Amino acid sequence: MSLTTNDPGGRSSAPSRFLWKVTKLLATLAMTFFGLLLVTFLIGRIVPVDPVLAVVGDRASQSVYDKAFIELGLDKPLYEQFWIYLQKVMTGDFGQSFLTKKDISEDILRVFPATVELATVGILIGTILGIPIGILAAVKQGKLADQMVRVLGLIGYSAPIFWLGLLALLVFYAKLGWVAGPGRIDIAYEYSVTQKTGLLLIDSAMQGQWDAFRNVFSHIILPASLLGYFSMAYISRMTRSFMLNELAQEYITTARVKGVPEWRIIWVHALRNAAVPLVTVVALSYAGLLEGSVLTETVFAWPGLGQYLTNSLQNADMNAVLGGTLVIGVIFVGLNLLSDVLYTLLDPRVRRRG
Amino acid sequence: MSVADTPRREWLLSDQPTSRRQARLGQMYRTWLAFRQNKLAMIGLGIVLLLVLVAIFADLIAPYDPLISGDLRTARLVPPSWDHLMGTDDQARDIFSRVVHGSRLTLMVVALVAIIATPIGLLVGTTAGYFGGWTDTILMRITDIFLAFPRLILALAFVAALGPGIENAIIAIAITSWPPYARLARAETLTIRDTDYIAAIRLQGASSLRIISGHVVPLCLSSVIIRVTLDMAGIILTAAGLGFLGLGAQPPQPEWGAMIAAGRRFLLDFWWVATMPGIAIFTVSLGFNLLGDGLRDVLDPKGRG
Repeated sequence: MSLTTNDPGGRSSAPSRFLWKVTKLLATLAMTFFGLLLVTFLIGRIVPVDPVLAVVGDRASQSVYDKAFIELGLDKPLYEQFWIYLQKVMTGDFGQSFLTKKDISEDILRVFPATVELATVGILIGTILGIPIGILAAVKQGKLADQMVRVLGLIGYSAPIFWLGLLALLVFYAKLGWVAGPGRIDIAYEYSVTQKTGLLLIDSAMQGQWDAFRNVFSHIILPASLLGYFSMAYISRMTRSFMLNELAQEYITTARVKGVPEWRIIWVHALRNAAVPLVTVVALSYAGLLEGSVLTETVFAWPGLGQYLTNSLQNADMNAVLGGTLVIGVIFVGLNLLSDVLYTLLDPRVRRRG
Repeated sequence: MSVADTPRREWLLSDQPTSRRQARLGQMYRTWLAFRQNKLAMIGLGIVLLLVLVAIFADLIAPYDPLISGDLRTARLVPPSWDHLMGTDDQARDIFSRVVHGSRLTLMVVALVAIIATPIGLLVGTTAGYFGGWTDTILMRITDIFLAFPRLILALAFVAALGPGIENAIIAIAITSWPPYARLARAETLTIRDTDYIAAIRLQGASSLRIISGHVVPLCLSSVIIRVTLDMAGIILTAAGLGFLGLGAQPPQPEWGAMIAAGRRFLLDFWWVATMPGIAIFTVSLGFNLLGDGLRDVLDPKGRG
C-alpha cells in the first residue's frame, strides 16, 4: 500500500498519517452503512406480511404468485437477496410505495425540505437561547437562576414532545390565535410560491412574497419553538458544564489577576474554549431533532419525512418505512461524523495529536 | 431519634466493621444518608414509589372500571368534577380510573425493558472489554450500528415489522436500549481487566466465564444501573410515543400515550381528555429523571456536571 511506502523507518510523515486517518474513517463509515443496510434488510425479512401478496393481491392465481415470487428474488438464498437489495439501494432505488405508487426516493426527496426547514429553525432557536442560558447558569452556579435553568431543562427531558405540542396548539392557536394552525402554509398561498429550494421561508422571501412569508412563518414558529425548546434543554445543560469546567481553569484566574473585566473573561476567554465541544453538541442535537420531528410533524400535520414515515407505518407500507428509516439513519451517521470532524478541525490540541 | 435506633446507627457507621455483612450494610446506609440530603432526588424516589403503589392497588384506587363505557348519553366528555376527577372521555369512561390503571402498563414497560436490555448490554460490553481484539471490534461495531439509528425511529421500524402491540413495543424498545449499556460496561471492563486482583484470580485457574460473571459484571453493575435509571424516563417517553402513533398498546388498553392520541380529536373543545394522561407521563418521567440524577450524584461522583 502507498501508506507503507511513505513510511520510512516507522515514523510516519504528516500527510501519510492524515491519509491513514481518512482511510480508517472511510472504512468505519462504510462498515456502519453496511450495518444500517443489514438491519433494515433483516427488519424487512421479519415482517409477517407476505411481500408477494402485497404486490399481486390475494386473489391472484398460483402461477401469477409464483412468477412474482421469482421476480422479487425470493427463491434465492438470503445472502443473494441482500446483495440485490444492496445494489438497488446504492443506486437510490428503495422500491415503490404501495401508498403513493411512486418511487420512494422521489417521495423522500419531496418531503425532505420541509423537515430540514423545521429542524433548522428549531436548532437556531435552541442554540440562540440555549448557549446564553447555559452561560448564565454556570456564572450563577447554585443561585436561583441556575436552579431555574435546571428546572427548565428537567421539564424538557421529562415532557412528551407530542403532548406539549398539542397543548401549545390548544393555547397559542385555538385560544389566543397568535399563530397559524397545523400544516406548513395556508391553501390560499400554497400555489403562489414556486418551490425552488423547497424551503418555503427562503422561497417566499426570494420571490418577494411577504404575505406568504408571514404566513409560512406563522405556521413554522410553533413547531420550531417546540423543537427548539427540547434542543435548548440539552444545549444549555452542556454549555453550563463546559463553562464551569473552563471557569475553574488557571488561565481564568490569571486573567482575573491581570484585571480583565468579568464580562470579557466569560464571553471571550472562557466561551472561546467552551465553543469547541459546543459545536459537537449543537451538531448532535440537530441530529436529535430528526427524531423529535417524527412526533412533532405528526402533531402539527407537517408534511415532512417524519409524517411520511408515520403515514407509511399506519398503512403498513414497509418499503417506505425502511427507506425512510435508512435515510434518517444515514443522516444521523453523517451528522455524528460531521461533529467529530468539526471537533478535530477546531481544537488545536486534537489536531496536533493527530 | 429513638433510643433503640442509636446503637444500630453506630453499628452501621462503625469504622471497624467486624463482619463483611456489617461493612456492606454500613456502606449502603452511608449511601442512603447521602442520598437523603438531596431533596429533589427524594421527590423523585417518592414519585416512583407512588407509581409502584398506584400500580399495585389500581383496583382499589380507581373508582370506575377503566375499560367499560359509562352511560353514553349523560356521561360522555364530562369536564373534571368531584365525580370524575379528570373528567370522562368519548366512551364515557372515567379518565382518572384509566390513568390509574395505565400506571400498570407503564411500570410493566419500564421493568421489562430494564430486565431485557440490561443483561444484553452487560454481556456484550463485558465480553468485548474482557477479551479485546477481534471479539471487541466485532461486538462494538454491532453496537455502533444500533447506535447509528435514532432510538425512536429504529423502534418504529421494529414495531412496524413485528406488528403493533405492547409486547412488540417492549421488544423494540429493549432492542434499541442496550447499546449504551454495552458501551458503558465495556469502558468499565477495560479499567478492571488489567488490575492485579483479576490477574490473581486468573492465576488461580478461574475460567473466563467465571471471571466475567463473578468478578467483572458485579463491578460494572452499579454504573450500568445508574445509567438504566437515567434512561427510564426515555423509555417511558419512547413507549408513550409509540402508543401515541398507534403502535404500542392497542385500544381499549388504558396506555397513556394512546389515550393522548384518542383525546387529540377533541382537543379544542374537551381539553382534559388529552391533557390528563400527559400530566401522568410527565410526572412519572420527571420522577425517574430526578431519581436517576440523585443516584448518579451519590454513587458516581465523577459523572457530576
